[in-house]
Amino acid sequence: MREILNQSSNPEIIKPMLELVMEKAEMFKQRFHRKPVFMEVCGSHTHALAKSGIKQALKEYVRLISGPGCPVCVTDQRSIDSMIELSQGENRIICTFGDMMRVPGSKYSLMEERTKGKDVRVLYAPTDAIKIAEDNPEQEIIFLGIGFETTIPILALLMQEAEKKQLTNFSIWMTTKLVRPVLEYLLQSGEVALDGFLLPGHVSIVLGEENYSFLVDDYHISGVIAGFEPAELLSSVQKLVQLAYDGEAKIINDYPSVVTKKGNSAARNLMARYFEECDEAWRGIGTIAKSGLDIKPAYRQFNAKLKFNIKQQEPRKTKCRCGEIIVGKIDPEECPLFGKACTPRKPIGPCMVSDEGSCSAAYLFMRGLG
Amino acid sequence: MCVGVPAKIIEKHEYSAVVDVMGSQTNVGIIFVPEVELGDYVIVHAGQAISIINEQYAKESVVEWRKMVDARNSEPIF
Ligand code: SF4
Repeated sequence: MREILNQSSNPEIIKPMLELVMEKAEMFKQRFHRKPVFMEVCGSHTHALAKSGIKQALKEYVRLISGPGCPVCVTDQRSIDSMIELSQGENRIICTFGDMMRVPGSKYSLMEERTKGKDVRVLYAPTDAIKIAEDNPEQEIIFLGIGFETTIPILALLMQEAEKKQLTNFSIWMTTKLVRPVLEYLLQSGEVALDGFLLPGHVSIVLGEENYSFLVDDYHISGVIAGFEPAELLSSVQKLVQLAYDGEAKIINDYPSVVTKKGNSAARNLMARYFEECDEAWRGIGTIAKSGLDIKPAYRQFNAKLKFNIKQQEPRKTKCRCGEIIVGKIDPEECPLFGKACTPRKPIGPCMVSDEGSCSAAYLFMRGLG
Repeated sequence: MCVGVPAKIIEKHEYSAVVDVMGSQTNVGIIFVPEVELGDYVIVHAGQAISIINEQYAKESVVEWRKMVDARNSEPIF
């Protein structure tokens, strides 16, 4: 396995693969008089493409647009503010993924609240929240449940544990997002013209290859499921260029070592047991019908939104343009605050905070290359 | 949040396993991959193994990349 991993970033393989993509993209350009345009749906792909230098190297050949795949970036400001507001009550322990800590709220961030003495804990494994709940029966434990289909099964697992242990001091604030509805939104809105999608490797572990057939059947657009190593990314981009050149719409699973046709049914079953579809608000987009999952009424005792009375306020307006960035309308460099008022040290929007955010990837790896 | 790291199963229990990630050992849940066996590599996300890596397919991918490289070295693509 180590050998395989080594090969996936071996320059002897990557360099010719890169040249191959360039060559094919040139052919495309000659035929269609423009660059092929693809969207990487996953924030980790955005990061991997920038970090490996592939995005920069292909700049003149292929337009790679970052899509709505960074969980905190797509969460609308009202939800972010509400989650931070939760930390205000007494006797509460807020458990969260690291990304949420520095996301600026309209008034403050969770990090600032922790500095002021609030109990906010970053968990690598969300299931640790169950132990924290057992160890602190006098406190209310609230998990901030953000994420796509890779993470939602793990939230379902939390529900299962909480139910088994009959916890009364544990709840989840759910604001999860589903990939298909947002892809359909993008395709229907027609705001960004695309030749194909680089589909998210790890979300696809849960969903399975077959779940993307709607792209071809309903929208006649290709999707290639990609891994995260340089050779994997180049292989998938190469396949996308080829399909676009041939005018063919197809779903290709280019990450078959971890993604199966049907996906992970154990994960999907657990999700279906505790959660049901709900409308979700997306940053810069607004509400998309049935684009998220929320806790079923039968398990309302674990629903933090029902347990705590948080009034959603009108968020403070900023000049942050994350909303346009996550749908591919503009590149990070087009935001006037990029690299000036907004940097990873002093982020103004979530796209600069998260490792998966486009602004942070552009700042860390692509500055000055424009 | 989404990138998983390949981890090798070195000890298996009912709902959890000890994995080795580049020499350091840690505990992960295996409820989503109950069929996992000792020696398998898994993708771990947020403390849970979510997929077993199919080594055969992984090897085939490397062969495919090599073929691409060789084809490029020998003749025009289209
Ligand atoms: S550079 Fe900063 S302010 Fe501008 S869109 Fe990105 S995160 Fe928002």
